[in-house]
Amino acid sequence: MSMEFLLATGIGFVTACGIYLMLRGRTFPVVLGLSLFGYAVNVFIFVMGRLWSNAQPILVGEGPVADPLPQALVLTAIVIGFATTGFVIELALRNRHESDSDHVDGREPAHAAGRSPAAEATHHGERQP
Amino acid sequence: MMEAVLAFWLQHAPLLSVLLPSFTAMGLLLLGDLGGMAEQGGGHDSARVRWRRRLSLASVVLGAVMAAGLVWRAAGGELLVYQLGEWSAPFGIVLVLDRLSALMVLLTYLVAAPVLWYATGGWDVRGRHFHAIFHFQLMGLSGAFLTGDLFNLFVFFEVLLIASYVLLLHGLGRERLRMGMHYVVLNLAGSGLFLIGLAMVYAVTGTLNMADLALRVAQLTGESALIARAAALVLLVVFGLKAGLVPLYFWLPGTYASASAPVAALFAIMTKVGVYSIIRTHWGIFGVEAGEASLAAQAWLLPLALTTSVLGAFGALAAHSMGRMVAYLTVSSVGTILAGVGLFTPETLSAALYYTLHSTIVIAGLFLLVELMAAQRGEAGDRLRPAAALREPVLLGMMMLFGAASAAGLPPLPGFLGKLMILQSASGLAAQAWVWGVVLTVGFFSMVGLARAGVIVFWHVQPDEGASVAESGASVKLLSAAWAFMAITVALALLASPVKRYTDAAAAQLADTAAYAEAVLGSQGGAGARTTRPYDGTRSTSPLQPAAAPAPAKVLP
Repeated sequence: MSMEFLLATGIGFVTACGIYLMLRGRTFPVVLGLSLFGYAVNVFIFVMGRLWSNAQPILVGEGPVADPLPQALVLTAIVIGFATTGFVIELALRNRHESDSDHVDGREPAHAAGRSPAAEATHHGERQP
Repeated sequence: MMEAVLAFWLQHAPLLSVLLPSFTAMGLLLLGDLGGMAEQGGGHDSARVRWRRRLSLASVVLGAVMAAGLVWRAAGGELLVYQLGEWSAPFGIVLVLDRLSALMVLLTYLVAAPVLWYATGGWDVRGRHFHAIFHFQLMGLSGAFLTGDLFNLFVFFEVLLIASYVLLLHGLGRERLRMGMHYVVLNLAGSGLFLIGLAMVYAVTGTLNMADLALRVAQLTGESALIARAAALVLLVVFGLKAGLVPLYFWLPGTYASASAPVAALFAIMTKVGVYSIIRTHWGIFGVEAGEASLAAQAWLLPLALTTSVLGAFGALAAHSMGRMVAYLTVSSVGTILAGVGLFTPETLSAALYYTLHSTIVIAGLFLLVELMAAQRGEAGDRLRPAAALREPVLLGMMMLFGAASAAGLPPLPGFLGKLMILQSASGLAAQAWVWGVVLTVGFFSMVGLARAGVIVFWHVQPDEGASVAESGASVKLLSAAWAFMAITVALALLASPVKRYTDAAAAQLADTAAYAEAVLGSQGGAGARTTRPYDGTRSTSPLQPAAAPAPAKVLP
């Protein structure tokens, strides 16, 4: 019971931290939050085949066998998570470069920059050349 | 020779529809792409650009032919199960071709072919690797529609999402990067939730094969059934995020409006992936026959869908640019479709499928048309404010009238037929008053919103001396892509009867989960298969192993 409790609360705590960071306004904490959330999810997948000690994930002789499928699934999830994190970091850097702000909205909030929102030029996308 | 090719296709049809875009994309990557950098061998007219376009278009045409072949095969009613590596389900991954998935693959290609043709008019050289990413997107879409495994669905979701991140940013620019950031972060969070839902499903059933899941979920009782219900709702949140369901659609209008026109048109199919996944999970797995976990989404889906429909129409009324208006119409149409899905009868599902076909085509065409109109309005672009007159008001005006009438659902266009089918199929159900009220109101408000846009763009002309009038009209090549969508719309109206028969059969096939399980799991004994799943550590094959609970673990294995 104790190990299950520890793992469940641990996943919950990491998820909570991840969600908190994801809701921040700057891209760096957001990326960190996504990573933390990804870790929590990966551990969650890993334990969905129950907790085992001293059990191989393949059939050898007798004795308990751990469920191998979650271990394979979590590998896929880790690889995909790694690639997407790389992409989102690159995107955040590019965004920072283009808009001179690391805010997720691409511009500093009005109160932080000491400007009124109305004074700020509205930026619309260039749909057309 | 032809017979050998045909025999090969007959044997490997579902897989080939996934492999073709994948290999095309790899080939295009090997060809290299320098985008519009003319001085380094890129640019409009270099031989490499022409070859890229030829290869890409040829692949899409071939894919469309193969997709039509899939529909032809599925129309007979046979479930085509393709076991990857000949590992039998539920242990291996299977691709399953039924009427619904064949129809969705064909719809993907019907959208993709004109869109790619449009993109070769200039958009494809405004960034690098447009064609390669486009085909990766097609691969993800085809795979997601064809797979019969929930985890495989996740993988194909990631493929199509990663491709869509890059496609969305195609052409770059500040606004696209800003919306791209939101889109990527939201979808990554959604993917995390998807995995949590999958893990919960696996924990209680011990399988991820859709056919097997339908059997196992039906046997769950007590706490396990509650977990399965929770997992179903987590998956509803994930797919609702992709489909643009209230309250998860706020990312959609800005993202679609900031994407380049061909990408936005292709994204018209992306929301339908969410719809398709909702149908697959909530009809196929947590459907009517799923025991204690059955119809977990019923209480939520219909109210949310109707709200989505109404809010989308209001958004279209309030939009300040044509791109946003069409994006809100997307939201609204998804609401209407999901209302048909959420009523959980085969008749409403069939009507919703017909409406899916129509709305996807019309919305893709409208996105292209918006850019054609915006190109002739000088500085104003697609913003809804008085601007210089269009150069070709009659031609574009008639096209706009056609698209608007079709989107709003005026007879005799298929939008009208689709909505009529939804109204008819909903009659007699408990929620009839709500569905009728919402669908009719939404049709009215969409019409008002589109009329408002048309009036501002075509009639509210402001002579502006300083502005330079577009020096030439829209090129026939770009126009022909929009015409292709109009032609498909007309064909949908003319062929309404056979299409409706097909969607009727598709809905009936989806409701028949026993036949689905038999086709996928037949070799394993179907519902009566011996199983130890979900695996709890006991090995029934080994009499020496006591079935005692494992000792508390000290370390993670």
